[in-house]
Formats: sequence, C-alpha cells, structure tokens
Amino acid sequence: MAATEKQPITGAGPFNGILTWVDERYPLMSTWKAHLAEYYAPKNFNFWYYFGSLAMLVLVTQIVTGIVLTMHYKPDAAQAFASVEYIMRDVPWGWWIRYMHSTGASAFFICVYLHMFRAMLYGSYRKPRELLWIFGMLIFLCLMGEAFFGYLLPWGQMSYWGAQVIVNLFAAIPIIGPDLAIWIRGDYVVSDATLNRFFAFHVIAVPLVLAGLVAAHLLALHEVGSNNPDGIEIKKNKDPKTGIPLDGIPFHPYYTVKDIFGVAVFIFVFAVFVFFAPEFGGYFLEYNNFIAADPLRTPQHIAPVWYFTPYYSILRAVTVNFFWIDAKVWGVIAMGVSVMIFFLLPWLDRSPAKSIRYRGPIYKTALAVFVVCFFILGYLGTQSVTEGRTLVAQICTVLYFLFFLLMPWYTTIDKCQPEPERVTK
Amino acid sequence: MMKRLLLACVPFVMGISAPGILVAPLSLGLVVPLAAWASEAEIRLESAPIDVRDAASLQAGARTFVNYCLNCHSASLLRYNRLRDIGLTEQQIKNNLMFTADKVGEMMNIAMTKKDASDWFGPAPDLSLIARSRGSDWLWSYFRGYYRDPASPTGWNNTVFLGVGMPHVLWELQGDRVLIEEVSKDVAGLAVKDRHGNVIKSVRFETVRRGTLSQVEYDTVVRDLVNFMTWMAEPNQVLRKQVGIWVLFFLAILVALSYALYKEFWKDVH
Repeated sequence: MAATEKQPITGAGPFNGILTWVDERYPLMSTWKAHLAEYYAPKNFNFWYYFGSLAMLVLVTQIVTGIVLTMHYKPDAAQAFASVEYIMRDVPWGWWIRYMHSTGASAFFICVYLHMFRAMLYGSYRKPRELLWIFGMLIFLCLMGEAFFGYLLPWGQMSYWGAQVIVNLFAAIPIIGPDLAIWIRGDYVVSDATLNRFFAFHVIAVPLVLAGLVAAHLLALHEVGSNNPDGIEIKKNKDPKTGIPLDGIPFHPYYTVKDIFGVAVFIFVFAVFVFFAPEFGGYFLEYNNFIAADPLRTPQHIAPVWYFTPYYSILRAVTVNFFWIDAKVWGVIAMGVSVMIFFLLPWLDRSPAKSIRYRGPIYKTALAVFVVCFFILGYLGTQSVTEGRTLVAQICTVLYFLFFLLMPWYTTIDKCQPEPERVTK
Repeated sequence: MMKRLLLACVPFVMGISAPGILVAPLSLGLVVPLAAWASEAEIRLESAPIDVRDAASLQAGARTFVNYCLNCHSASLLRYNRLRDIGLTEQQIKNNLMFTADKVGEMMNIAMTKKDASDWFGPAPDLSLIARSRGSDWLWSYFRGYYRDPASPTGWNNTVFLGVGMPHVLWELQGDRVLIEEVSKDVAGLAVKDRHGNVIKSVRFETVRRGTLSQVEYDTVVRDLVNFMTWMAEPNQVLRKQVGIWVLFFLAILVALSYALYKEFWKDVH
C-alpha cells in the first residue's frame, strides 16, 4: 500500500508532524485503530473479563523483575542458593524484586486459570475462536514449562527434588525413557548441568516463545472479535451506515480505563501478598525450599507448588497396572492427557448455546462437578498419600475425565434456552 | 499412629527411673500437650511469643546465638554489620560478638569445616534460614522440649525432634528434666480410654535438677534467641511490612481514582 494514500494526522496534540512522518513509513494509525481505538468489544464484559489483561500485566512484571534478578543471580550449583539469599539480603530492594517474581508466578497461574474458566463459562473457545483457544492453551503449556524451569533456580531442597521427580517421569516412558531423562538432565542426577540448561530455558527460550504466542493470541482475538457473557456474536448486528456492531464499544478508551481500574485492584491484592504474606503459608514459597539442595537427603514429603498439584494428584491416583504396563507409565499418560485434553474443548462441546446463561442444567452441573474435582485434586496434591486420599483422588480423576469425554453426549441432550438477539446487561 | 509413638516413648520414660538420676520432683514440671504426636510434621507446636521489632530482645538473642550456637553452627548468609539493624554499633559488634572474623562486613561463619563436623559428630546445619524452613514456633517448642534420656547416645532427647543429634546446649540454664507419662484416670480411678479402647496418657516434664535460671528466665532467653533467629532468617522483614503499609495506602488511592475515571468514561455506555 502506498504511503501517499494515508491522510496526515490532525489532532489536538503537539506531535502531529512526527506522527504523520512515522505513519507514512509504518502502519502506526492503522494498528492503533485496528487494535485499540476502533476495535469494537462487546459492552457487556463482566468481572471474568479482567483476567486476560491482568495475565499480560503479570507477564510484563515477570519479565522486568526477572531481568533484574538475572543481574544478581548465579546459575551455578555451588552459588545459586546463596545468590538468591544475597538478592534477599544485600541487593538494595532485592527482596522486593524477588518477592514480586515469586508471587508473580502464582499470580500468573491464578489469572490464567480464571481466564480459562471464563472461556468455559461463556463458551469462548467455540467457533470461530478455536485457534484463539489453541494459542491460549499453548501459552498455558509454555507457562507450565516456564514455572517448572524457574522453580529449580533457587536450588533449594524442593527445587531440587521437585525437578528430580518431574524429570524421572520421562524415565517412565518405555524403551527411550531412561536415556531421555539423562538427556534432559545432562547428567545422571539433577546437577549443575541441569541448573544451567534450565536457566537458559527459563530466561530466554520459553519467554521468547511465550511472547510470540501472546502476540498470536491477541491477533487471533482481534481477527474474530471478543466473545461476551451472552455468548452471541455482536458482529451479527451492525449499524447499517457505519458497519460498527451495535453492541460494541471501542476498546480504547472504554476498556482501557476499565482495565486500569482492574489493574489497580489487582496490584493492591498482589501487594498484600508481596509485602505481608510472600510465603503464603508455604503455598507460594515452600518452607523446605529455604534449605539448600542436598542430593544426598531426600525430603520425606515432596510436593509441587499449588498450581501443579491437580495434575500431580492425577499422576498419583493411577495405581493399577493395565495391559502389563506399569501404573507409573499410565499415571504419566493420565497426567499428560489431563492437561492436553483442554485442546479438544472446541470440538467436544456440541451445545447449541455458548454461554452458561443459556445452557441447560446438565452442563451447569458438569462444570460445577469439574471445578470441585479440580480443587479437591489440587488440595490432595499438597498432601501426603494415604489410602483414603488416593481413593478420593481416583474418584475425582474419573470425574475430571468424564467431564470432557462425555461432553459430546451431554451437551447435545441438555435443554438449552434460546439465546437473545442482542447482549443483555 | 499416635498411640504407637506414645508407646514408643515408654522405654525412655522407664529408663529414666533407673537409680543414679534423682527423681525428686521439684514441682516445676509444666504439662506440655503432646497428644497430637502423629509424625514429626504433625506435632502440635506452641506459638512463639516473639516480636522482631523488639531491639532489646533481638540484641539479647544475638548474644545467646553467638555464645551458644555460633561455634558449631554457622550463619553464613548474615554479615556481622547487619546487626546494626537491631540497634548495635559497629564497635559494639566488634567488641562483643565477633570472635571468628576480622572484618565487620564478613559473614557469620565458623572455624570448623563441614567435613570435620561430620567426622566428629554429624552435620551441624547452617542456621541463617532455619526459622524459615522449620518455623519460629518449631524453634520455640524445640528449645523448650529437651529432656534427659539415658537411652539416647547424648543422654538427651527432644519432644519435637525425637532422636535429636544435638545435646541440650542450654542445659546449664534450664537444668535437667525428665519426661513423665501418666495414665489419665477418671473419678472412679479407672483409666480413661478413647473410642478405640486405647488408654489415654498425658505426658509432662519434671525438673530433676534446677538450672541457673528459673523457668520464666529460661523462657525469656529462648524467646530472645528464637526472636533473633527469626529476624536473621529475613532481616528485611520489618522494612518489608513498613513499606507495604505505604504501598497499600498509595494503591488504595489509585483504586479510588481509577474507579472514578472508569465510571466517568462509562457514563455514556447504555
């Protein structure tokens, strides 16, 4: 497109000249319009619609605090633990940066889980947003990798033994497993070599992919437009003269100011944790991680951080050998599938209504059961194993999978209400 | 599980009544609730009455720490001059607390190497972060949980750390105590049983030889020590909370203003 077709920028500000100069050489105004000033979002967004922008905010704070931490951290098995405490004690405001980063990891998962739950409430993964959902799921996978690699870096007992447990899962894969585990660790046990490569993954490889996926996620969103709590397409009802959706409002300034309010509330809550409960009773920073990694002393009870515990519970719930294959292998498979199965949601869901507002009682019950199971599994993952707990975990695991596997059936027989033509309040 | 552990203590208790150890109760014994013994992790701990803003207590704790702990245990993540934060001057630190270091900016290390420690009596963990890994309540209960146990190699055992490797370093202050287990009896003199039919026992300490300190004085020493160790595990914790108040104050204003801005803009959305 020729630059001459563009109009000079006129406005109240003093920068029209420079903006025009840039716009002639770069898609400045068209990008601004397409993604902010003339991106029309449904006007009925509710509480659940804050968490996308909040997740992006947390990503930015993780990157910024991460850069500062990298300036002082030593990715060396002999120095890593002490260097983190050096940041906590001797680096000016280092404790603040470090707590922002450690609390940020949990905050990231809280935002992403709520963001995903929003999609399940209002059917945001349904056509035409399948690819948007897939990009989101890929972001979620990257985030899990990022959290896992990052957790080794403080080189405490939980860092060390948590990594040992997870890498050993790969050793359960038949035939190639043991060699694969050695290849991942770069050694026969988790060691300095492992720490160095996890550092590389944590600070550059995964964040790069993450940034790219976030861009793709946003582009896909703005291509198809946002879903809303009514689950109807606002693009179906456009003003015949302007072509603007009747239920749409420009993202900027309406949702920018609304999201600024959301950000302020979020940072307030975030600050409560950072300044007054950075350990949060061992959920954000595990107590055993204040002991330096010791390859010769296995802790009695190895628990992952809370955001991984539902899947960890599913892993431990599988205790039966099927088809002469070890239960451990099935556990690893079940854990993998429990995450991956989210990818299939757009095709498993056959309901005529997208939003939970117009869905029937069966889906509402199924979703409620699923959420309860997710929480129970999450809790059990923090606890040591007993017979009773394993039984509960097994029941919850079965219900967890039934939520997905029976979805094509129960969403078709469910009695949905008719969707409205226009969005409601 | 709990019962099994309680029964496991019986040999210790019986061993104590062997002649040679005075079992003359000085009625200083305090009853400690130990009914929750299930595993080491589930022991019911008493809440430590500490305050990391109490400079006098922290200084007293630093003195106890340097005199009693910092010979076998290091605090390798803490610099001596950090003690200025608890109200000491560099000169005071140099004169009273520095025995193994030359410069006040050095870490609180010890002369003994890890290998020597292991060869001689087993590992003595670095204590810089012990209050964060074990918890202050654990430390408070631990220092008040020592008792004489002839069955153990050191002659000491601990209610929160069964089979503890370290002898009771503060024994001269606290004195010698033994653990007495008693069967709970009802008014008729019959043993009280729980719903599983097991006899309910209570466990208490009995002082058999007085220490140089009274019970109250000893608790004060332990309180100050635990206070110092809690401070040492995160020297910035007081600053963290002070700053936090201001941050929340600022953010509360930001929340109010951004809410007003949001409502102002959204007035025309119907």
